[in-house]
Amino acid sequence: MPTPALALSAVRKRYGRTEALAGVDLEVAEGELVGLLGPNGAGKSTLTKIACGLVRPTGGTAVACGHRAGSVAARAATGYLAELFRFPGWATADELLELHQRLARSDGGPAERGELLELVGLADARTRSVETMSKGMQQRLGIAQALIGSPRLVLLDEPTSALDPAGRRLVRGILEGMRERGVAVLLNSHLLSEVELVCDRVVIIARGRTVTEGAPEALTRAGGVEVDLDGGTRHFPDARREDVPELIARLVADGEQIYGVRVVRETLEDAYLEAVEAR
Amino acid sequence: MTDDLRTIAGYALREALRRRVLSVVVILTLGFLALYWLGVREAFDEVQSLGGVPDLEEETLVGATLIGLAMFVTLFLGVVLAVFLTLSAVRGDAERGLLQPLVVRPVGRTTLLLARFLAASAVCIAYVEIVLATAVVITGATGGWWPSDPVLVGMGLGAAVVIVVGISLLGSTVLSTTANGIAVFMVFGAGLAAGLLGQMGEALGSHTLSRIASIASWALPFEALYQSALHTLTADITGVAGVAVRLGPFGGAQEAGAALWPYALAYLLATGAIADLAFRRRDL
Repeated sequence: MPTPALALSAVRKRYGRTEALAGVDLEVAEGELVGLLGPNGAGKSTLTKIACGLVRPTGGTAVACGHRAGSVAARAATGYLAELFRFPGWATADELLELHQRLARSDGGPAERGELLELVGLADARTRSVETMSKGMQQRLGIAQALIGSPRLVLLDEPTSALDPAGRRLVRGILEGMRERGVAVLLNSHLLSEVELVCDRVVIIARGRTVTEGAPEALTRAGGVEVDLDGGTRHFPDARREDVPELIARLVADGEQIYGVRVVRETLEDAYLEAVEAR
Repeated sequence: MTDDLRTIAGYALREALRRRVLSVVVILTLGFLALYWLGVREAFDEVQSLGGVPDLEEETLVGATLIGLAMFVTLFLGVVLAVFLTLSAVRGDAERGLLQPLVVRPVGRTTLLLARFLAASAVCIAYVEIVLATAVVITGATGGWWPSDPVLVGMGLGAAVVIVVGISLLGSTVLSTTANGIAVFMVFGAGLAAGLLGQMGEALGSHTLSRIASIASWALPFEALYQSALHTLTADITGVAGVAVRLGPFGGAQEAGAALWPYALAYLLATGAIADLAFRRRDL
């Protein structure tokens, strides 16, 4: 079995009397895109910070790319974008990426910087200083910074919170590209629809514990069939996709006019709320 | 590690330049030096117009007092620069989200801290030496009085601001930006107050005051280094001028002895070690 890019085992973290993480297990395989979901204060950012060595766990083990999380070797193989980050306003996009290239020991040079700025849609902003950029542009620059040196593991904490729909779509494309290249991604996001669209697996944590995990389609249940009729929409909660022909035939036989049919599936949001509120 | 040190130190220096910290400092310092030149010219003119006081070397009295004043102002400005270059280096930058993107890179936290220390120290030492040298030249060229050992005087002042850089960096690992700025300036003020107490103790012959000042100087060696530099400035002045200088606001400084420099180095290393430990243990 290949070594996972990220392996957290029974990770605990206490801040004084507050227990932020109460023993979380999490693995991200190479080329896997895992979404980390949970309410505010669930411990998502703490977990991400432990994975990149910004926070020391109180207990448990955290291994990134085969090395202790936070070690020099692990940091060399990891890219990270914090939820609350700021780059020096005086630096241009190119200067900032060059600084991170040096610190990440990347020999990609101007070509890598150009490719990354192109990837995040900032090719025209190479010489623009950070302080003149919008929040969304800074977030795109943050993503480019996280990808310097072609890391094997990328940790993204709310990477699309300041992006418009076009920017979110762009990031989805970038994430899919990373998966194709075998990069492991841990995506911490509140945007459930986005996570549902792009992630291979979802882990939901609440109050410092994992409450459920699985593929998005495995976490969501069938929600019946809705049919638009003369008198409005009727919901058949127990009906499944394969029941639709028989259902429609029966309704037509009963003299109903059919205007539309939808197979309903519970959204990830429903599954998320159910999992979180059950705790 | 050397490459990382150079990269981070260069980043810190560029930040100081681009944020116009250094431009503001240069402009204000030019203002101070212009005022100092006017003051020096007026002071020497006034002394000459008073006519000769028997056995008093007026140029020596005025020159030593004015350079003592320049040393005090230079130290103060150097400390202001040291504090503003370092007060938010760890906790402040972490709270603003500036530090995390750097710390997750394969650069040790020790390297980051050391680079910030070296960059700030280099700027502060250069600043202090240039301003002091300019003040000495202004005083010498205008009034004809030159200190006997300006290099040692400059070394003392430079070392004093480096100690403040170390204290400020240590403070930045545990205190927020504002709290650290206030704390370092209060520590600096306490050191100056202790130095003045020592000078009063020397003039009055009070062993208690001198002892308090001595303890404070060892606890805050930037003050001991400053006092030692002042002592170097006035040590060779004898006669009536020597007595008058020692009774003045920048006279009566204590010589700390041969142990001062190794002690200051050990103090700096200990401060750095504690700061490094605090930084490495800090969750960001």
